[in-house]
Amino acid sequence: MLNNYNSLAQPLWQNGPAPGEFYKFTGGQMPVQQLPRELTTVGPYGTKHSTAAITTGSSVLGIRYDEGVMLAADTLVSYGSLARYQNIERVFKINKNILLGGSGDFADIQSIKRNIDQKMIEDQCCDDNIEMKPKSLASWMTRVLYNRRSRMNPLYIDVVVGGVDNEGTPYLANVDLRGRSHEDYVVATGFARHLAIPLVREKKPKDRDFTVVEAAELIRTCMEVLYYRDTRNISQYTVGVCSLNGCGVEGPFQVNENWTFAETIKGY
Amino acid sequence: MFRNQYDSDTTTWSPQGRLFQVEYAMEAVKQGAATVGLKSADYAVLAALCRTSKDTDTLQRKIMPVDGHVGMSIAGLTADARLVCQYMRTECMAYRHSYDTEFPIRRLVANLGNKLQATTQRYDRRPYGVGMLVAGYDEQGPHIFQVMPTANVLNCKAMAIGSRSQSARTYLERNMESFAGCDKDELICHAIQAIRGSLGHDDTENLTINVAIVGKDLPFKMFTDAENQYYLNIVKALDPPLEAEQDALSEGGMSDDDMMDHGPSGSGVPTSDATDINTNASTGGNDAR
Repeated sequence: MLNNYNSLAQPLWQNGPAPGEFYKFTGGQMPVQQLPRELTTVGPYGTKHSTAAITTGSSVLGIRYDEGVMLAADTLVSYGSLARYQNIERVFKINKNILLGGSGDFADIQSIKRNIDQKMIEDQCCDDNIEMKPKSLASWMTRVLYNRRSRMNPLYIDVVVGGVDNEGTPYLANVDLRGRSHEDYVVATGFARHLAIPLVREKKPKDRDFTVVEAAELIRTCMEVLYYRDTRNISQYTVGVCSLNGCGVEGPFQVNENWTFAETIKGY
Repeated sequence: MFRNQYDSDTTTWSPQGRLFQVEYAMEAVKQGAATVGLKSADYAVLAALCRTSKDTDTLQRKIMPVDGHVGMSIAGLTADARLVCQYMRTECMAYRHSYDTEFPIRRLVANLGNKLQATTQRYDRRPYGVGMLVAGYDEQGPHIFQVMPTANVLNCKAMAIGSRSQSARTYLERNMESFAGCDKDELICHAIQAIRGSLGHDDTENLTINVAIVGKDLPFKMFTDAENQYYLNIVKALDPPLEAEQDALSEGGMSDDDMMDHGPSGSGVPTSDATDINTNASTGGNDAR
């Protein structure tokens, strides 16, 4: 599409110059064929699809409360419809200020996480007690992801970035594969966007933030609902908590399953 | 200037282990008009003596804003200064674009120092002939950094560079302990007091004092003429700083920046006098110690 090259079409003539070109007489050097920059666009060697995710993580849910943020994701990485890897942590502690929850193609998550870890090491090497803030990481990710999507080779990920800054102000944002980002008190990826966000918004008090107890309760409820309704989820999940008191990933927890309501449901 | 056979190339060492071209670049800094930087707990202030040219009536730009939270004043070649300032501005902009926050000043000047160092190690380049006082405010508080053509980057509580800056440094050193507790106006007055000492006796007509400030909840700004005059009037009402002749610490009353005995232009042996022992950081070439 980008190079307008149809690899199946026969050339108009053989052994001659391309339209507009001159004859190349012997004795000169043949120009080296430039490979397309990504082997992902239509080219003389065929097409490679990079817009399909292979091994995927499902939803990530993030909730901001008065003193920090909580991020939850189940521990499943699927291979299509196969529940392939069932004990994978998808919420990461980046540094003492930042949590990252990754969904989408898990290889891309690992790739960008490695990049981010290198950045954190550079920060440590500067040795000046300045650690990256969640807002800065989210901004950097939008730049990288937008650049990749503009080159038609996206990192097929949808992440939640959360944390606190130096004064303890919590920050929560969702960054997706197109380089889109938005900040809110509740963000989610995948099915959680449809199932969990309305639940959380319903419970949000109008004039104040959630407390840590309310946020934890909401996480529990939402992970339960996601397990019932999202077919690419399992009942085990981890929760990352970041506030001024500390930053870490807790778990794994089990969903408190209660299938008795199933009898009351007819149809869907 | 005392010429020798080791000074034609940046990449030639002298037998004493000196790079003369780099030291000569420091001389260019001493040719520039004086500039002073100091900081309190919440603010960093720059003051500079700007030369007015009677014919063109334009002020030489000595103080350059770099970003909302950082600016610098220069002494030396203005052409080199413009380039360095442009580099710093680009770096700050790029950082903001990527990370949506201000560039930590310590890292910015470290980056600048690395860039300056590259020019001292190549046969096809020369050191930048400009010394800078970088003033800024970030999450770690106010900063004053001194950056020299030798690519030395020094974190200072207060500093003065340029011609006749020794008396300014003496003033700063004497009052250094009180800066941390100063409020904004006191700090500005200290800056003006310090730089007044660098005014020679004959060129009060040609030099004007310009002030700039940055700090907590205060983006970098250069004062307007009216604001400059306001603070100048306050300072004039106070006692003037010690005249150079009465200054016991100053050798013979004159600043030693312009004297021929120092640096590579002299015998090559650093003189040790009372002033040199007490200064915070070396702005001359005498850092072989």
